[in-house]
Amino acid sequence: MLILTCPYCGVTSEETEFHGGGEAHLKREGPGSDDQAFEGYLFHRENPYGVHFERWRHVYGCGKWFHAARDTQTLEVFGTYSAQVTTPPEDLLAVIRDKRPGWQWRDLA
Amino acid sequence: MSDPVTALSNAVAEGPVRVAETGPHGMITLRGDLSSDAVAAAVQSATGVAVPEVRRLSSAGDRSILWMSPDEAMILVPRAEVAQIVTALTQALGTAHALVADMSDARARFRLTGEDAHLREVMVRLAPVDMDRFETGEIRRTRLAQIPVALWMPEPGAIELICFRSVAKYAFDVLTVAASSARVFAE
Ligand SMILES: [Zn+2]
Repeated sequence: MLILTCPYCGVTSEETEFHGGGEAHLKREGPGSDDQAFEGYLFHRENPYGVHFERWRHVYGCGKWFHAARDTQTLEVFGTYSAQVTTPPEDLLAVIRDKRPGWQWRDLA
Repeated sequence: MSDPVTALSNAVAEGPVRVAETGPHGMITLRGDLSSDAVAAAVQSATGVAVPEVRRLSSAGDRSILWMSPDEAMILVPRAEVAQIVTALTQALGTAHALVADMSDARARFRLTGEDAHLREVMVRLAPVDMDRFETGEIRRTRLAQIPVALWMPEPGAIELICFRSVAKYAFDVLTVAASSARVFAE
């Protein structure tokens, strides 16, 4: 069971109060993009066994979308952060580097 | 205008914890940035109640404001005052990016009363909330079995709860079942 803290209302609750929204920080490819980029946007995901970044929504609570960094192997949640960013905050990355030396996720490490 | 009626005609279930539908109430939804000074000033002048802190409620007399999200507040007032407050608040907000709507008929409201510890245990049976640490003046939007609700404790031994009107019967039934049995966890 995941325990998540919503960065907007501050509630800490178990995952049934939230709803998962899939992988974080996807770059949307729309009209004008080439086929390869569009295929990647639609289908290619990291699906890691370890450090992962996801979108979540506080669906039964304040209703806001946010980001979460967690370990898919241990279910440890490293932290949650604003939805209005395109990359994880540096202080959160430092926490992950400290706890999971050598981790990699896309071009983050 | 026809008289408002509540979803369950103010049904009551007597038990170790009493479950009662209450109302009709006046419920006004405000959408807007609750941290903005302009919104705060408009709310204060039109309702006489301060904008609550994050996840808290504020009250003055028979009016209360619930913090629902960073950009949503629920203003609880006597039903007869709704129209006047919607007009006053809309005018006070002026050009601020905000919306005020009378949502009185959109929701059902319940009041649960009983021994404080028993009451908290009833809620724990249905919602993923740490009721041991739940304080008077705090508001929590959460999951009640399978539906979204908002709940708060006006005083020890009492819980107020709102949900969408369309699921009022479900809320009443599930609360009644949870409230009908004795406490399991001792002090
Ligand atoms: Zn939230």
